[in-house]
Amino acid sequence: MYVLLPVALIFAAVALGVFVWAALSGQYDDLHTPALRILHEDEPAKADRRER
Amino acid sequence: MSIAESAVARPVAARFACAHCGLDVPPGLVDESAERQFCCHGCRTVYAVIHEHGLDRYYAFRAEAEAAPQPASPTGRSYTELDDPGFQARACWTTSDGLAATELYLEGVHCAACVWLVERLPSLVPGLVEVRLDLPRSRALVRWDARAVTLSAAARQLDALGYRAHPSRGLEAQALRRREDRRMLARIGLAGAAAANVMAIAFALYGGFFHGMEPEYASLFRWASLAVTVPAMIWGGGVFFRGAWSALRVRALHMDLPISVGLLAGFVHGAVNTVRGTGDVYFDSVTALIFLLLAGRYVQRRQQRVAADSAELLASLAPSAARLIEEEVREVPIEALLPGSRIEVRAGDTVPADGVISAGRSALDLSLLTGESRPTDAGPGDRVHAGTVNLSSRLEVMVERTGEDTRVGRLVKLVEEYGRRRAPIALLADRIAGHFVAAVLVLAALTFAIWVRVDVGRAVDHAVALLIVTCPCALALATPLALSAAIGQAARAGFLIKGADVLENLTRPGRMWLDKTGTLTEGRAALLEWWGDPGARMLAAAAEAHSSHPLAKALVAAVAPPSDVPVAIVETQGGGIEGTVAGRAVLLGSPAFVRARTGALPPEFERRARELPADGLTPVLVAVDGAVVGAAGFGDPLREDASAALARVRRRGWRVGILSGDDPVVVGSIGRRLGLGPEDCRGGVSPEGKLRVVEHESTGGSVVMVGDGVNDAAALAGATVGIAVHGGVEAALAAADVFIAHPGIARVADLLDGAGRAMRTVRRNLVLSLCYNAVSAALAMAGFINPVVAAVLMPLSSITVIAHSYRARSFARPEPPPCR
Repeated sequence: MYVLLPVALIFAAVALGVFVWAALSGQYDDLHTPALRILHEDEPAKADRRER
Repeated sequence: MSIAESAVARPVAARFACAHCGLDVPPGLVDESAERQFCCHGCRTVYAVIHEHGLDRYYAFRAEAEAAPQPASPTGRSYTELDDPGFQARACWTTSDGLAATELYLEGVHCAACVWLVERLPSLVPGLVEVRLDLPRSRALVRWDARAVTLSAAARQLDALGYRAHPSRGLEAQALRRREDRRMLARIGLAGAAAANVMAIAFALYGGFFHGMEPEYASLFRWASLAVTVPAMIWGGGVFFRGAWSALRVRALHMDLPISVGLLAGFVHGAVNTVRGTGDVYFDSVTALIFLLLAGRYVQRRQQRVAADSAELLASLAPSAARLIEEEVREVPIEALLPGSRIEVRAGDTVPADGVISAGRSALDLSLLTGESRPTDAGPGDRVHAGTVNLSSRLEVMVERTGEDTRVGRLVKLVEEYGRRRAPIALLADRIAGHFVAAVLVLAALTFAIWVRVDVGRAVDHAVALLIVTCPCALALATPLALSAAIGQAARAGFLIKGADVLENLTRPGRMWLDKTGTLTEGRAALLEWWGDPGARMLAAAAEAHSSHPLAKALVAAVAPPSDVPVAIVETQGGGIEGTVAGRAVLLGSPAFVRARTGALPPEFERRARELPADGLTPVLVAVDGAVVGAAGFGDPLREDASAALARVRRRGWRVGILSGDDPVVVGSIGRRLGLGPEDCRGGVSPEGKLRVVEHESTGGSVVMVGDGVNDAAALAGATVGIAVHGGVEAALAAADVFIAHPGIARVADLLDGAGRAMRTVRRNLVLSLCYNAVSAALAMAGFINPVVAAVLMPLSSITVIAHSYRARSFARPEPPPCR
């Protein structure tokens, strides 16, 4: 118990540290645009059939 | 496709959709032989650029995004002011890999397809490394290689795609706000993690509470939860302690005060018991409180940030370049202008500074500043103001005032000032907080006084338990959650609401001022009255068919003349037209123009020519074969739904009035038709005058300003609630607290109804949470509260409030507007 509890808390602290780093480095600033961006990222093959 | 084929494929009256924006192509611009149709030159240009670079996938993406169509309008500007060293030193920075970077505000980005197109820019402009668009804020982060390409080249390419780039101003304030936002998020993370872990430990303690536990382990768990609680208290709870402290110093009451009392009582009591190694600890309740309250605070903050962002938008939209005349003309940033500089203002440009015309004569559009829709002539010696638009020919201007000293600059400053320090209104929740803290402290003292006769230790325990369970978590969440849920629903229904206090203020009826042009009226000329021979009206319309004059267009729109009539006419600038239509001599124009050509008017038409202006209409007389046979009155038509909408507003207890920059006669005539008394119709009011009227309004309740133009912006900001209506310019949107995205003045009445429902939800929330607190206070006084009971009661009350907030329907989605 004297080992298990501190270990669990250290895990939690590490996870928290990662979250705090992500928040402070601005990864949550814009939650809208990246979701749209992924829709377009992969260009289709060159024979891009355009609708006329 | 041949002409014959297309005639078969499409019925004769077919509508053509613009190949770029998808809107209908005006019949005059349809080119049957072309493969694609365009509604305007702007769309044609943008389509060519997109097509030439093989970016046609844009159209496929846009079809998926289902965005509202907007015609494109490239300006063809040079944007060289973006390369000015002074501007670059201020707004650009160098990244670690030696690239230059800056942020541009882009006008016209609105959907996923725009994100795709804008971020493809580096493939169009060699040397440009990356463009990242932040769609909600319309801002693009641009990184480029300063040795290979200039920023202006990138801006020109964006312009060619139909997105006008503005240097983003207020970068520092934005960065500050963003840092605060990030810290807030990190705090929530910490508080959440602490709450979850303390709760896990608390379960072990509850196990011990019911089934017994070695004191050694109980002490270990207490110390562990204390260790986890301390950072949450300092970093997360600090927000509330600081808030309570600053409220105390100015002797104001704030919800942070009772929260701080509860948190501190719980923490200190728990810490003491941990050190003593016996007694209850409430760390799980304390950390959960911090987490829930911070999350509520964050939701609230995000709405306020949107409002602050839009103020910077206003600054970004001001013209950023001027053409300075030295040995040759060059584009410089506006900040480089000094009083005494000589600048050139080309036709179509916005005047960048206040000054006096030194050469040239032109017509100016003052609508931005005054609301006056007709162009004003100006020549050497006349004063011009920044923000007005030069319509017809080149002017040289000697600069007198620049930047913030210009008239429009002062207006912008007023907008900002009023945004910051508008008269503080004690919101419902804070008013309750005052009574609440007093009641809780009295009850805690009472509990202590009763139990101290039994035992001092138990008296302390019960008093502290009372402070913790009555910590107004649900109460503090009640208002922000209900309001943010309502604001979210409102946004889906087409009302963009920037502040949480707006809905509350809209339920306190007082005075509502409405702008006239573009708000109550449609903001365009139309044929409203006609006397005389209907045949003459048809001839007059045929004569006007090819004129670009606004009144001519209004006449054609109203009468729809046949297009196969032979017409030969001469147009006189500022007077009228004459010529032959279908073999008959037709003459039409202002009374003076017609009088000069036909001699004295028949008495009936002379009377009409006098009466029409008195009703706020512009008179036009029509003569056929030398005899005056018709009189037309043109004016800005009232919106169809205006009368009914204002009646609804008045039924809610508001006093309605018109506040306009237009001629008092016109305003009075519109007011009479809406059933308003003359004291409620004010015409000829300057933008500053509108602000004064709004500011000195003395009716008890809120002062609401409804408007659409820059001339309303200061009043929108100065009013308790400023409402910008559909079709308004961006500056008005930035200054207003509410933007209505659907057309029609009836939406204002809908907004008031929705605000009423939202506030009823808030009140029910407050009653619910107060009931919980009353019950838990009673339990605590009776001595029935222990950490387990507290841990159940507290989240239960919060969940009730959250569920109630998000279940309530304050704003219904409106009926979709009828298809055109």
